Amino acid sequence: MDPIAGNDWMLTALVFAPLAGALVMALFPKEEEGLHKQLALVTSLITLGLGVWLLVDFDYGSAGRIQHWLDKEWIEVIGAGYTIGVDGMSLPLIALTVLVMPLVFVYSWDHIPSPGNAKAFLMLMLILETGMIGTFVAQDLILFFVFFEVVLLPMFFMIAVWGGEDRRYASLKFFLYTLFGSALMLLGFLALFFLSADSLGEHTFNMVDLTNNAGMGIARSSQLLIFGGMFLGFGVKVPMFPFHTWLPDAHTQAPTQGSVILAAVLLKLGTYGFIRIAIPMLPEAAEAWAPYIGLLAVIGIIYGALGCLAQTDMKRLIAFSSVAHMGFVMLGIATLTDFGINAAIFGMVAHGLITGMLFFIAGSVKERYHTLEISRLGGMLVQAPHLGWILGFTAMASLGLPGLAGFWGEFPAILSAYNPANGLAEETFRGYMVVAAVGTVLAAGYLLWLLQRTAMGEPPEEFKNDPEITDVNTFEWIAWTPLLFLIVLFGVAPGLIFEVTDPAVVESLNNCLQLPDGCDGVADAAQAASGG
Amino acid sequence: MLAQLAQSVGEFVRPPIDWHAAAPELTLLGVGALLTMMDIVWLERGRRLAPLLASLGLLATMVPIVTLAVDGADRSMFNGAFVVDNYALLMKALFVLSGYVVVLLSTNYIAEGDYWENEYYGLLLSSVLGMVLMASARDLITIFVALELLSIPAYMLATWRKRDLKSNEAGLKYYLMGVFASAIMLYGMSLLYGGAGSTLLVDIDEAISAADSPSSVIVLGIIFVIIGFAFKVSAFPFHTWAPDTYEGAPTPVTAFLSVASKAAGFVALMNLLFVGFFGRDDVYEPVLWILAAASMTVGNLIALRQTNVVRMLAYSGVAQAGYMLAPLAVASAVGDAALEATVTYLVVYAAMNLGAFAVVMAVARKTRSAEIESFRGLFHYAPGLTVAMTIFLFSLAGIPPLGGWWAKFRVMEAVIDANTASGVVIGVFVAVNSVIALYYYARIGLGMWAEEAPDGDVTPVRVTPSLMAALGITAGITLAFGVYPQLISDFDVSLLAGIGG
Repeated sequence: MDPIAGNDWMLTALVFAPLAGALVMALFPKEEEGLHKQLALVTSLITLGLGVWLLVDFDYGSAGRIQHWLDKEWIEVIGAGYTIGVDGMSLPLIALTVLVMPLVFVYSWDHIPSPGNAKAFLMLMLILETGMIGTFVAQDLILFFVFFEVVLLPMFFMIAVWGGEDRRYASLKFFLYTLFGSALMLLGFLALFFLSADSLGEHTFNMVDLTNNAGMGIARSSQLLIFGGMFLGFGVKVPMFPFHTWLPDAHTQAPTQGSVILAAVLLKLGTYGFIRIAIPMLPEAAEAWAPYIGLLAVIGIIYGALGCLAQTDMKRLIAFSSVAHMGFVMLGIATLTDFGINAAIFGMVAHGLITGMLFFIAGSVKERYHTLEISRLGGMLVQAPHLGWILGFTAMASLGLPGLAGFWGEFPAILSAYNPANGLAEETFRGYMVVAAVGTVLAAGYLLWLLQRTAMGEPPEEFKNDPEITDVNTFEWIAWTPLLFLIVLFGVAPGLIFEVTDPAVVESLNNCLQLPDGCDGVADAAQAASGG
Repeated sequence: MLAQLAQSVGEFVRPPIDWHAAAPELTLLGVGALLTMMDIVWLERGRRLAPLLASLGLLATMVPIVTLAVDGADRSMFNGAFVVDNYALLMKALFVLSGYVVVLLSTNYIAEGDYWENEYYGLLLSSVLGMVLMASARDLITIFVALELLSIPAYMLATWRKRDLKSNEAGLKYYLMGVFASAIMLYGMSLLYGGAGSTLLVDIDEAISAADSPSSVIVLGIIFVIIGFAFKVSAFPFHTWAPDTYEGAPTPVTAFLSVASKAAGFVALMNLLFVGFFGRDDVYEPVLWILAAASMTVGNLIALRQTNVVRMLAYSGVAQAGYMLAPLAVASAVGDAALEATVTYLVVYAAMNLGAFAVVMAVARKTRSAEIESFRGLFHYAPGLTVAMTIFLFSLAGIPPLGGWWAKFRVMEAVIDANTASGVVIGVFVAVNSVIALYYYARIGLGMWAEEAPDGDVTPVRVTPSLMAALGITAGITLAFGVYPQLISDFDVSLLAGIGG
């Protein structure tokens, strides 16, 4: 369906407001930390305001169409445009981004990690925000690629400078892994660009045109290779088993703010790439790859869960739980059904809220106890009852308790595997379903065990009379309340998200995947046409 | 008999000269001569004016280049041995502006080191003159003359720190390797002349493209010529001079060699390939493919182990040469797109590499060292330089939105456009090598940002105005190209249009 032209600059303002704020901050000396914190917070609040305006202004009646569409020339020589727009698939993720960032800045008010330098730290986060929002609004492959990569440098420096003991190793690993994926992804984009020119009649990186074309005129073998390149790019970012090894390191070493952003938004760039680019543009290849993606997804679920059970560090445990949760998201995507992909988008938002919250808690625990060693912690409910209860609540949400947001990410994803898209083997996916269901049991296991070991019981000797162990402070309350509220809200009213995403998801699958035999139907139809 | 001979030759008629087309070369020649004269007349008294005069001369050279570009008509002289078209003008501008930045880099370095100044700038200008001439050369003889004109001053410049053994070694090594390469190339040229019967590239193309399979003379000629320029662009395995020369030569000269001299080698190579050998892709493509793949892989792998930032940049330069060669290895399939890719890469590379050297020089003013160790903790006492170096290094690595991504993108675009297995494979080589290269660039970034200064010495670095100007120009260009790549893509470069290819 054609995008709705909105020749306004609202989205552009939304994307570049954080960057503008960062540039303003660059003008002031770094000694004025208070001023920088205010500037950063105000900038992110302005961005949030623009985001709310976008939410209000969005035409929910036609959420399947791309709105606020703006298409300007950018790099004429390759036909890449400054093309942006929002539809129901990207709207929840943009909302998540603009919501999480101010909370992170509030949290930063009294939590600037060592070695200080609030100016640089906050500027990097603002640049990061521009990159993330830009990725979600880009409707041109090259623009998407640029924004997708813009997030790398700030995140790299956040981990490298403000991270933990092993920060150098972790930051380099993060950078190298993601660059490897995206370099091959770029090759895939280029091949798509050249090969789809035959049926489109022109060379274009326009994502709407390429989605409408849906891989027509590209030989099946080339489609499979191109999808492979994209799979590496997005799969590393998600991260899917076996490309996940950068994640525990990056999460463990990153400063709290970095972990929160990484979990809440950055990982979603990968899954978003799958549902926005890889699957709609190459449905035939997606159908061929789907069983393998599903397999890796369920391996990720089980592997992540087992990894969690083996962890002794609380932050690392949460990181491994991300691998498991993103496995559910990928399983939903691999079914190639609207049901599964809706569940996946819900899962992304829910994981963003819940895991972001868990990393906040981990950061605060680390600040109070100076350790995240699970065996040394304990009795949090006695010493810091609110903190303990919030941990318990978030753990419940994370394990998928009905009535909280996590449930609606996991349960429909599992359910969707019962009935995958036309052309996919039902037996295989039903097998995955069983495995994924086992994964939820393991999730309950590791989260409850974590809770038991850290929050319950008596406080251990070494922390018994530690004056630093205090309950949740004001800044933490301000930063956390919105997240906790939304976890409940989306738990009781999941339709708030599903109704926005569904039309767009249906629209994006409106290609050969809807045929009775899946994409094999295309070949049959072509054969029948030529035969008849 | 003599009379008979004279009669057959006929009276010498001066070929028509388009003075406008030759104006850039003539300006440079004039300013270079003026510098030398100044030295003879004023002796030491003129030395303070030398850098000023040299930079003004280079800026003045931009005037005819711009007027020629505005005029837009392709011009050709001497039966087509000297051509001025968009491509030539763009490359001339690149050489002149690189020369200008190198003068900015040299200003304090040469004066404070108490080296000869007038001669230095005179030689620098004559080397730039050779490069500017190379951009227009479409004839074996012209190419060779231009090559020697740009190389011989460079040999001397490399030894400019004459009281330092390393600098002597640098110059000598560069000289020996350089003349060796020239000899091989000249031999190749003589074979080509023997096979084709003309020194004009257009004629050579006509003569050697006709046959189904090339004669062994032609094959040998083409390969020898390519090898000769592979030395110049420091492609593996002909790169061995580069690290030692780069390390020993004065740093501004190193910047000059690694950017302008390499670009000149590429310009010559592109002139030869696109105008002279284009029909013989069965000969040059496999050679270039291997050179490209080997250069990027080996260059990057050796760069991983370097502890000196100049040597690291030397090996990274070998790898970058590999990226630039990659599109040429699929030239027959994509035509001018390959030329555009390599030209774009050269322009972006010039900005980011000169910038990186500018930072190295600025830091070395304080630390007196080019060891990677000495960059540790730079962020704590020189945040501006750190941000600049970060921009240059990650641009070299090809991270958007810095200029390098566009250069690499053009290369990948060209090789994928070829739609052949060899194109896709070299594309994968580029992709994987970008990741390897990131490791050593990022490691310096890590050291600057995330580590403590050695010995806790955090006295600020004093950056001289001319260095500041050089940094501003290069960083600005690097960012501008990355954010709005159309800037360098508006020049419609083509070498094939002229010969109807």
